[in-house]
Amino acid sequence: MTSEWPLWEVFIRGQHGLSHRHVGSLHAPDAAMAINNARDVYTRRNEGVSIWVVRSSDIAASAPGEKGPLFDPSNSKVYRHPTFYEVPEEAGNM
Amino acid sequence: MGAPSPDADLQAFLLRMGDSCLILGHRVSEWCGHAPALEDDIAMANVALDLIGHTRLWLELAGEVEGAGRSADDLAFLRDAGGFRNVLLVELPNGDFGNTLMRQFLFDAWHVPKLRGLAASSDVRVAGVAQTAVREANYHLSRSTDLVIRLGDGTAESHGRMQAALDRLWPYTFDLLDVDDGEAALAGVGVVPRAAEVAGAWRDHVETALAEATLVAPADGPEHRGGRPGLHTEHIGYILAEMQFLQRAYPGAVW
Repeated sequence: MTSEWPLWEVFIRGQHGLSHRHVGSLHAPDAAMAINNARDVYTRRNEGVSIWVVRSSDIAASAPGEKGPLFDPSNSKVYRHPTFYEVPEEAGNM
Repeated sequence: MGAPSPDADLQAFLLRMGDSCLILGHRVSEWCGHAPALEDDIAMANVALDLIGHTRLWLELAGEVEGAGRSADDLAFLRDAGGFRNVLLVELPNGDFGNTLMRQFLFDAWHVPKLRGLAASSDVRVAGVAQTAVREANYHLSRSTDLVIRLGDGTAESHGRMQAALDRLWPYTFDLLDVDDGEAALAGVGVVPRAAEVAGAWRDHVETALAEATLVAPADGPEHRGGRPGLHTEHIGYILAEMQFLQRAYPGAVW
């Protein structure tokens, strides 16, 4: 029975102002039950204020083979990494 | 000895709440590791844990009102079947998953209006427990209602199982909605909600959900009662044997 239920990816927003984060996946027959299941599986300890679920099959992902062309060039350009600035102490965490 | 004191009525009522949560929590926990899907397994365990949490609050208060120094654990593990005041519905065997969900649905539909009324109790201790418990019970009701509708209005197989469960459990709803003189007296002074208020809310919710689930409640048939005076089905002894074994075999054992 379970094997017939589609897989859903679960995103939870922990606190107001933070974005939804991927927390894991689960099986459910439809979106409403996926949200209920997500509540039971992932938010028992007040982890969330909002839940998103999306069918895993609806996510387009980069292929591991494309890793080089997609990510390699950025590492050779040091100026892309903001490591040359000193953050004033008064600014706190950035 | 004259008529039962208000404290005796209150203690009996608190036992009814605590014992109902305890026995249902135990029954639901029997699904741990056996539910049809991992997600359902976790959900069932959550419900069981919520109910055991409510049990602790109600039985602690029952022990306090009794004033004989009995803790929630003493009340849970050291009373025999005749001392339990739970509603009969909760001690019935789980049966299949549909039967378990139907039992949960019929209970939750009573539990929520009961707790809502109790949250406004003239006794602040009772109100405090109910305000804590009702938040979890609201979710239980929304989950069990959703699943009863889905399975009732589902396949021929699921519909048949849910209708059979409803037919099997319906006679025990009379005991669920029943109140005795003690509880009526407590309602008179605003400690507990009036029976008609809870029964009305129960009926509204159950009728609406069953209609949507394409299920039909039996129009007539047996009406089981007896949980309140401690007259149980044959199932209670087996539950207590398992639940109380450790404390009976090793008195005072702690984790």
